[in-house]
Amino acid sequence: MIPRPDADSEDRVIFLRDAKFTYESGVEALKGVTLVIDKGEYLAVVGGNGSGKTTLAKHLNGLLRPTGGQVLVMGVQASTRTVAELARVVGYVFQNPDHQLFCRTVHDEVSFGPANIGLDGPEVKRRADRAIAVMNLSDIRDRPPLSLTLGLRRRVSIASVIAMEPQVLVLDEPTTGLDAREADELMAIIRRLNDEGTTIVLITHEMKLVAEHANRVVVMMDGKVVLDSDTRGAFSDLGLLRRSKLLPPPVTQLAHRLSQIGVSKDILTPQELVFELTRGDDQ
Amino acid sequence: MQALTLKDVRFRYPGMSEWALDIPSLEVQQGEFVTVLGPNGAGKTTLSLLANGLVPKSIKGEFEGSVEVFEHPAPKYTVSQLSTLVGMVFQEPESQLFCMSAEEEVAFGPENLAVPRDEISRRVEWALDLVGLKGLNDRSPFTLSGGQKQRLAIAAALSMKPSMLVLDEPAYALDPMGRIELYSILSDLKAKHGMTVIVMERDAEDLVEYSDRFVLMANGRVTASGPPREMLVDPGALRAAGVSPPQMAEVASLINLRRKAPPLRFLTVDEAFAEITINTHHHSKGASH
Repeated sequence: MIPRPDADSEDRVIFLRDAKFTYESGVEALKGVTLVIDKGEYLAVVGGNGSGKTTLAKHLNGLLRPTGGQVLVMGVQASTRTVAELARVVGYVFQNPDHQLFCRTVHDEVSFGPANIGLDGPEVKRRADRAIAVMNLSDIRDRPPLSLTLGLRRRVSIASVIAMEPQVLVLDEPTTGLDAREADELMAIIRRLNDEGTTIVLITHEMKLVAEHANRVVVMMDGKVVLDSDTRGAFSDLGLLRRSKLLPPPVTQLAHRLSQIGVSKDILTPQELVFELTRGDDQ
Repeated sequence: MQALTLKDVRFRYPGMSEWALDIPSLEVQQGEFVTVLGPNGAGKTTLSLLANGLVPKSIKGEFEGSVEVFEHPAPKYTVSQLSTLVGMVFQEPESQLFCMSAEEEVAFGPENLAVPRDEISRRVEWALDLVGLKGLNDRSPFTLSGGQKQRLAIAAALSMKPSMLVLDEPAYALDPMGRIELYSILSDLKAKHGMTVIVMERDAEDLVEYSDRFVLMANGRVTASGPPREMLVDPGALRAAGVSPPQMAEVASLINLRRKAPPLRFLTVDEAFAEITINTHHHSKGASH
């Protein structure tokens, strides 16, 4: 069933209605996607290489326009808005931060977007300072972005997007190339943004990240949404995940096998599994 | 036989004050599958460039010590001799692929060594088959999926008939199934062809069951080395070292914190299932949903 666009719903930030997209090469990357994203969600869009998840993400802020169907952002047809207008509502962070960075200093980079949409000086400064503080970049605000490590460049690219104060932040594989420490730091910051009300759309195939952070999972396969579920339910169909080139986190795989001794299948983290395995030990 | 032997190796890029590598001793045996784990900046890429001779031959810098490849000093080999011994696969397959078809890509290396035509054809078929790309000879590399591109890069390295493969974060852009396929192919190459495999990684998760040994690196140095069971059982230490531990090691360590019985030491889902079901008579029974 295709949900109806509901102009009254203030919570509905993005609505894709049977969106289709065919690249000029003839590749059909989206074959009719219907998706509703509400305010404050932490949504993961997952799928294998070539499943269409990045193409989908680029429709959320007008970087790509559907060749069929509709995209509504805050109840308004995205087709009637420029990318610059949409960027005030939906921020998009590229997988490769170097596609975004070009200024002389971190501070200039983060100020560029707000200045570019004509905000006045004090407001640009307020937003840049806030974004730099949120992303823990105060110590390097005067450094050239391209001289930084990949982990820091990724944080600068996110800071420059959140300086636009978007309601929705779309992140395409934000932990690619980061090591454990850099990834943990970044995911903690994104969690905080979500806690403060920013809607997060995480494009990824890192299922441990999804299990730990997202509260809803959309599985893409061959240009279509094949599953749309809360995170706990998303890992229950192992066959579907395999066909989508995905695997649930090892701890969820183990829980599935241990279900024969009564362990719940919808385990998402090591802590949850161990709690379930060891409860009763203390009696 | 030793495939790779480093003695008192130090390498510093021009203009840098820190050594990019500072390794008193490192040995890799022929036919061994070694995973080098370390955070960004640990020296993994420099080590892989050293193994195939690009450091210090093409990438200059301050170099000390000795590197032996299959028990001959690396400087005695020419770059093209080394290319037939050590195959290199980089993080991003795009940086390695440039031909119009998969077949040309795989034939490129041996063609440059003036290998006879029919021998090249045989190698192309053999290499494409090994990486699961049989029949895709005429496909443009750029129309392949990320996982297929990375496997094509491996086939291109294999067509030189190397005895050792060095892969620098080859799973970087691959989806979960793509990773498992990649590591299974490497594991087969080791088992069936005696290939020496060195994989540089930041995440131990998918490599546990394929690796004979893990080498931990930090700041250009080797900080520890040993079989998976010795190296991966302390997830806290791995995290502190900037690498991701296998999730099953985290489960074992959390269980061990909560019970006085002998510690569980599993690293894979299979091992965890076996150990937990044996130890389960006093817990989990009755937990049902």
